[in-house]
This record gives sequence, structure tokens and C-alpha cells, in this order.
Amino acid sequence: MRYFLRRLRHAVFLLIGVSLLAFVFTALAPGNYFDEMRLNPQIAPETITALRTQYELDRPMPIRYAHWVISVLHGDLGFSFAYNSPVAPLLLVRARNTLLLTVTAMLLAWGIALPLGIWSAEHLGRLPDRLVSWGTAALLVIPDLALALGLLVLAVKSGRFPTGGMVSLNFESHSLPGKAYDLLLHMVLPIAALVLSVLPLLVRHVRAAMVEVLDAPFLLAAEGHGIPRRTLLYLYALPAAANPLISLFGFSIGTLLSGSLLIEVVMSWPGLGPFLLEAILARDLYVVIGGVLLSTLFLVGGNFLADLLLFWADPRIRTEMQA
Amino acid sequence: MRLSRKISGWLVFLVILHAIVIFAGFFAPYDPTEQDRKSPYLPPMRLHFVDAQGHFHARPFVYSWKVREGTFDQYDEDAARLVPLQFLVRGASHRLLGLLPSRLHLFGAENERIYLLGSDSYGRDQLSRFLYGGQVSLFAGLLGAGITVFLGLVVGSVAGYFGGWRDDLLMRISELFLALPWLYLLFALRAFVPLAVSPLQAFFLIIAVVGAVGWARPARLVRGVVLSAKERDFVRAARGFGATDGYLLRRHILPQASSVLLTQAAILVPQFVLAEMTLSFLGLGVPEPVPSWGNLLSTLQQYSVLVSYWWMYLPALLIVPFFLGYLGLGSGLQKSEEPEKMERNALGALRDGV
Repeated sequence: MRYFLRRLRHAVFLLIGVSLLAFVFTALAPGNYFDEMRLNPQIAPETITALRTQYELDRPMPIRYAHWVISVLHGDLGFSFAYNSPVAPLLLVRARNTLLLTVTAMLLAWGIALPLGIWSAEHLGRLPDRLVSWGTAALLVIPDLALALGLLVLAVKSGRFPTGGMVSLNFESHSLPGKAYDLLLHMVLPIAALVLSVLPLLVRHVRAAMVEVLDAPFLLAAEGHGIPRRTLLYLYALPAAANPLISLFGFSIGTLLSGSLLIEVVMSWPGLGPFLLEAILARDLYVVIGGVLLSTLFLVGGNFLADLLLFWADPRIRTEMQA
Repeated sequence: MRLSRKISGWLVFLVILHAIVIFAGFFAPYDPTEQDRKSPYLPPMRLHFVDAQGHFHARPFVYSWKVREGTFDQYDEDAARLVPLQFLVRGASHRLLGLLPSRLHLFGAENERIYLLGSDSYGRDQLSRFLYGGQVSLFAGLLGAGITVFLGLVVGSVAGYFGGWRDDLLMRISELFLALPWLYLLFALRAFVPLAVSPLQAFFLIIAVVGAVGWARPARLVRGVVLSAKERDFVRAARGFGATDGYLLRRHILPQASSVLLTQAAILVPQFVLAEMTLSFLGLGVPEPVPSWGNLLSTLQQYSVLVSYWWMYLPALLIVPFFLGYLGLGSGLQKSEEPEKMERNALGALRDGV
């Protein structure tokens, strides 16, 4: 338990650090949301000054930071200039959509990567292995952006999948299963792009971890006892190879979050990506800071989850922690 | 470090690709900003050797496009207008390496513009825009990687060599940078610098932003090397002879980090090219009319372009060889650096986040 408390403390420090960093950058940055208003002759300079005072943009940085922290503790995450509303509720809706995408993609990617990597490691150096490594290399050299756009072009050519948004215009008229199907159909393209962009990394790591384990004498012994091949691979070898993969699992969350940001914009999925982009273009600073903070939170959460998994999977780590 | 055959092969491949981009003025038939408003969204012209009558031509030629009856943006090949390709022709003036004025182009055609990759909404040649765009994107990536590696070198050697509170502070900060998903970090940094800037300012801004994002990983690697190197016997001996910190670092310790840094650079360049592309694609990077690989693809954000003009996607495919080259180089360097770890690291590092 002590270990987890330490991790928690670490995570809190990390979040404080990230928020401080973001604030320092804001203070250094020229221009703000109300600058554009100055160009508008219909808005009196006094109004702008009043607005700046209202939103405390004229106060020094430490005070703004203190107020922002209080607002975070209230669960508001600051105030959006553009939406004239607290940031948190705005952000949460988008974050839900982003999570829907990333979590599904994550499960799917691992679901494909594990059998594929194991299959490849099992046939080390032979045809299946070579096919897999050629395939992953091919996916690796196609930049994410090109991959997402390519999928989009193909989808438009085939006309089979919706190419934008999260639901159809007539979404509300569907029954519940109809709604689910509609949502699913809209998820196909972004998820395909996400899965394909992380898949090569995962497959290669699974393969490498398995290759290391497959030579172990205990597997030979197990094989000698007549344990079926599949049981051998999935129940004997995989747990032994799991440690680096669990760390990778925590890590792949970050990659997926970044990838999701771009793919959401390309496929106009109403998640954090388009929202943050809009906020950057409008200089809606608290929204940007909130988004960055939220992504850090996801990442920290993911790594924490990976730690828990590691703890559960590896008795050596458990005893080490208790000692 | 001895170059293996594989590494030098990839190097040659990359040098050729970069030479084409550096000498874009020569290889591109037109100026990238030159417009031809009469022919927007021309499809790519196909190179032919055999004409409609079945006659063989040694000189490749294209058919010019004519507007299909009743439409304004649908084209058919005009079999009557055969345009032979001319090589080493004089055309739009450009500057080689930004210095030497020249009018020479690898190919072109008389009295007719040819579009091997099609044209965009302003009738600009996509091939020329791709080649010139590479100058922006590739060099943003190269310079960004240079800055990152330099920052990593400085931070890593200070942290590793001097240790103590400097080490603690720097490593805590680097953890911050490593913790953030890189695209979020890029967004955040971009959010805090001015939006409306000239293309040249935008270019340097991107390099600065991109270069500031990724220093944490090389810094930690360098720190590791420095930590182990400063305890080596010959370093201790040199210190015993009265060598100064600066001399020790420069002469004995940092050379040991060079292979790590080279490998990092090879891995970082494609990542940073992609970062530039992403920013420009989203409209946060290099603005029109200056072409970059990112803003070349950004027209595809319009649904109508996506549906009707698929060839606007072609530049994305032409980028792949560049990524292939860097990936091959990176994995080659990694193998030569640590053969025993090869299996685990092979290529995987590309997506390990910046």
C-alpha cells in the first residue's frame, strides 16, 4: 500500500508541475482572447478593459494561478472566454467522446496484437513471422496523417462508411439498437486509423517479449508433459513475457491519446481534438490548459492501472513491495 | 563508429531524396506559387509512350486535358493535343540553394503546362508544391531534431556530470515533458505563441516549438551515458592529471554519447517532420501560399475535395519513402549500437512518443 501512496503523491506532483508549466507559458505568451476585440471599432476600449479585469487577465500570474487552483478545487477548471461557461463541463463531454474512441481502440489493438505477436514469435524466422514483420514495417513507414487521410479517401470511394461526425443527422429518430448501430458505424473509421497506427509497435513488442521467453527450459519441460500447444503459448509463455508488455500498455495510452487528437480532427469526431484546436485558434487559454491537464490525468491513470496490473501479475514485485 | 553496409545504403538513399528536395528548383517544373486559374483541380497527367494511333514515341508525352461538355471541373484526355516532354528546358526562374539564379528545369513542355501530380484549386502544380514543400517540412524536422539533440546533450551532461540538486531538478522537469502525450504538448506550446505570423516566422516558430518538445528523452539517455562514463578509469586518470570539467566532458565523456545521439537524431527527424505536417495540416503551422507537406494535405479536410479530387492525396504517398529512409537508418544505427537489445527496439522506437 505504501507503494501506491507514493505513486499517488508522485501523480499529484506531476499534475501540479504540468499546470505550473502551462501557466508560466501563458504568462510569457503575447496576446490574449480579448486582443482581437480591439480591432473592432464597435467595442469601446473601456469594455475590453472591464472584461480583462473581470477575467483577471490584468492580474499578475501568481494570483491568477491561485484563483485557477481554487476553481479547479471547485471542479470548474477555470473559465472559457469563448463559451462563457466553466471549462470542466465543456471538456468532460468531449473527453467522454475521446475516451470512447481511445479505450475501444486500445482494447482492439491489444486484442489483435497479442495473437499476432505470439503467432509471429512461434514461427520465428519462418513465413508467418516474415509476413508479420513486413506488415508492421509497412504500417510503420506510413505517417499517421497519411494513414488517416488514406482511410478517409478509401471510405469515400467505397461509400460504405460515414466519414465524419459521431452520429447521423437523424440519430434521434432511431430506436436504441439503431442508435448503437449508427454510432458503431461512425466509429469504424477513426478506430481503424487509431488501431493501425499503434498496432506495429505493439505487435513488435509482443513478438520480442515472446521470443525471449519461448527458449526457456520450463516451456520445453511443459511441452514434454504433453501440454497442448495453445495452452502452452497463452497460459505458460505469455504470463512469463507479460512484464514489459504491461509497462508498454501504460505507455501506449499516451500514444493513443496523441493519435486520437489528430484523427479526431481529420475525421471530425467531436472529441478533445477539434475542441482544443478551436480553443487554440481563439486563444481560449483555460480550455487549453484544462485539456492538457486532462490528458496528463489520463496518462497518469493509465500508468497507475499498468502498475496495478504488474502488481497483480508478478509475485516478485508483490513481495518486493511488502518487504 | 564504423558504418555497416546497411547503414551506408540507407544514408545514400536519404542523401538522394534530400538532394531532390534541396534542388527542388531544378526538379520541379514550375514555381510552387504560380497560379493557373483556368485549370483548377486538373487530374494527374499520365505519361505515354504510345499514341492513339499506336505509334511509339521515344520521347514520353502527355495529353492535355479538356473540360468535359456541360461540366466545369471534369476533364477528359484531349487526344488531339499531344504534349511531348522536353528535358533540361528553360522555365520559371529560381535560385539553387537559395543563391544561384537559374532558369534550368529537369523537364517541362512548350506552350503548355503539364501536371504530373495534378493541380490544386488555384491551378498550381502539385508536384512543384510537393518538392518545394519538402524544403519546409524536411528542414523543420532536421533543424528541430538538431535543437532537440543539442538541448538533450546540454541538459543530460549537466545532470549526469554535476549530479546533486541539478540532476534532481532537471530530471523532474524532464519527467514532466515525458508525461504529456506529445501532440498535446505540441498543441499547448503552440497555443502560447502568436497565431498570425509570416511564413518565415512560422517556420522558425515551428522549429522552436518542435525542438522544445522532445529534449527529455535524449537528455535522459545522455545522462545515463555520462553517469557511467565519468566513473571509467581513463576519465578518472585524466581528472587526476588535473583536467578541467569542460575538458573532461568535451574530450572524454561526450564522445561516448555520440552514437546514442546520432540514433536519437535519426529517430527524431521523421517524428518532427510529422509534427510539422500535423501543425501545418491543422492550420497552426506554415501558412499559404508557401507550400509544406502539411498544408498540401490540408485541402483534404474539405469533404468536396475528398470526394471529387482523390489525387490531392498523392503527396501523402510520396512522403513514405522519406520515412522509410529515416526508419531504416534509425534501426540500422540502433542495431550497431546495441546488438543484443536489437530485437526489442527494432523500429519500435519511432512511435515511442517524442
